[in-house]
Amino acid sequence: MLEYLIRRLLYFIPISLGVTVLVFGLVHIAPGDPLNAVVGADAPAEVVEKLKKDYGFDKPLPVQYAIWLGRALTGDLGLSVVNNQPVVSALAIAVPNTLMLALTATLIGFLLGAVLGGLAGYFQGTWIDKFATGFGVSGVSIPHYWLGIVLVIIFAVELNVLPATGIGPGGSDGWTFDWAHIRHIILPAITLSVIPCGIITRTVRAAVAEVLSQEFVEALNAKGLTHRRIMLHVIKNAAPTVLAVMGLQLGYLLGGSILVETVFNWPGTGFLLNDAIFRRDIPMLQGTILVLAMFFVVLNLLVDILQTLVDPRMRRS
Amino acid sequence: MTMTQPKSIDAEGSGVDTAQVAIKSRSYWATVLERLRQDPVTITFGIILALIVLSAIFAPLLAPHDPAAASMIRRLKAIGTPGHLLGTDETGRDMLSRLLYGGRLSLFMGVAPVVNALIIGGILGVLAGFAGGWIGMLIMRTMDVFYAFPSVLLAIAISGALGAGIENAVLSLTIVFIPPIARISESVTTQVRSLDYVEAARASGARTFTIIRAHVLPNVLGPIFIYATSLISVSIILASGLSFLGLGVRPPEAEWGLMLNTLRQAIYVNPYLAALPGVMIFITSLSFNLLSDGLRSAMDIRL
Repeated sequence: MLEYLIRRLLYFIPISLGVTVLVFGLVHIAPGDPLNAVVGADAPAEVVEKLKKDYGFDKPLPVQYAIWLGRALTGDLGLSVVNNQPVVSALAIAVPNTLMLALTATLIGFLLGAVLGGLAGYFQGTWIDKFATGFGVSGVSIPHYWLGIVLVIIFAVELNVLPATGIGPGGSDGWTFDWAHIRHIILPAITLSVIPCGIITRTVRAAVAEVLSQEFVEALNAKGLTHRRIMLHVIKNAAPTVLAVMGLQLGYLLGGSILVETVFNWPGTGFLLNDAIFRRDIPMLQGTILVLAMFFVVLNLLVDILQTLVDPRMRRS
Repeated sequence: MTMTQPKSIDAEGSGVDTAQVAIKSRSYWATVLERLRQDPVTITFGIILALIVLSAIFAPLLAPHDPAAASMIRRLKAIGTPGHLLGTDETGRDMLSRLLYGGRLSLFMGVAPVVNALIIGGILGVLAGFAGGWIGMLIMRTMDVFYAFPSVLLAIAISGALGAGIENAVLSLTIVFIPPIARISESVTTQVRSLDYVEAARASGARTFTIIRAHVLPNVLGPIFIYATSLISVSIILASGLSFLGLGVRPPEAEWGLMLNTLRQAIYVNPYLAALPGVMIFITSLSFNLLSDGLRSAMDIRL
């Protein structure tokens, strides 16, 4: 097991390097001059040359990559070409907001999905099972950005009980734990929770059904254990799979919340990314994608390690 | 949006020689059809999907109005307005006509990336699984790097870098779906490759190409294809999502995601109208999902 853990940790290095190459390369496949966002097309040649030097765009790509990577490792993601502010400080505001939204959504999705999936797996073939299965497949088929709009229509436009956009009252751009902010997170969190909820419902149902079909459950039954005690065994055996799926879902939501953040004007990383794309703010684009991807890579690593530690069957050596 | 990981396959029809495969496969497909016939959910949503596809294909015949004909005096008419069954959008264009025409681009942009990825990712995965060694290693480790990105983020990042447009959106989604398809192709190919009858074919002197064509492909195509169909649902949502962000289809083209975007400003005027394009995306995506599930269980494939 130790050997597996070390191998898994070492594997983190090439993957992270690959991610940085991809993020860097991605932005340089972009058509047009990266300076277009800074100066107009009719700017004098010497100004353009000087700016190219300042931003480092005059060097060959591999050199640019090495410089960018070196700086990124020290936490310097460059300056936004739009407002000349450090990319890192914009991310420092946006990342916690996205984390807050993604965590809340994962929690809602997990609780609902675990209950529904557990009931469906335990009462296979009943109407509860049918309902949960239908709910699960709807959850993964629904365009969540549309669900967001529908929720806004119902709760903000028609009933006028919850705010339609923003993270807090009066253009607030940070999260605090008070009722005014909680009211703002309800709709986007429910919207975002639909995806993990559908997937967790399906996973839990399958996991519970699989555990229930195993011989040891029959043995427990034969031993005369109560339903509740058997359920405990089932949960213990199904938990590692479900936890792994949940961890991955949190990662997906961190990167996947961009559409929901756009619908709700939620001041997170998705909002930042959207803005960077349309203003062609290359350093901002690179920085945001890099941070989100690295979150995902690290989360994957943690899930793998935890799963290995928790589940004796996973201790593949 | 998650793509399921490969676990195991049911090597249906394996371990028999070619003469028997022909006989067995006929009865196999008969079994599949029989199972499908007894599955009302799959049949219902198969019919719904067929209707959506047909209505998109025959949109020019079915649409009551020109989908691009705008009018300032009949903007945002409610659902049920005489002459405009589903109302009109924010520039007075007929909603029913635009939803019919919109299906063409939405379906194309959802299906095309998966087809592309099925071809490219399938070839890469089968190659990696069959060749193994450093070739397989190189291919699969490269795929792992793409796997390090959540699919939505990767799609938006590539589209954002390339700029808006149908081709760019299809390209970026193709890149998103190549790694999962390559992974499942590699995994099923590796399993089939180590089966006894492939060893037997190799021992009896069959050429590599013959082994792949006659022994490997027939047994891996089913699972790979079924997995790919399960991605179409995700692809439809992502493609429309890109257009919704302004990264896919450009106005004034009719496309469900883009319509959802431009109608957002109308939610305070005519809320139900603004939700219509999303209903279409939902039903289409749901139909693809259920159809894929139904086919999977009918074909007895475990992914």
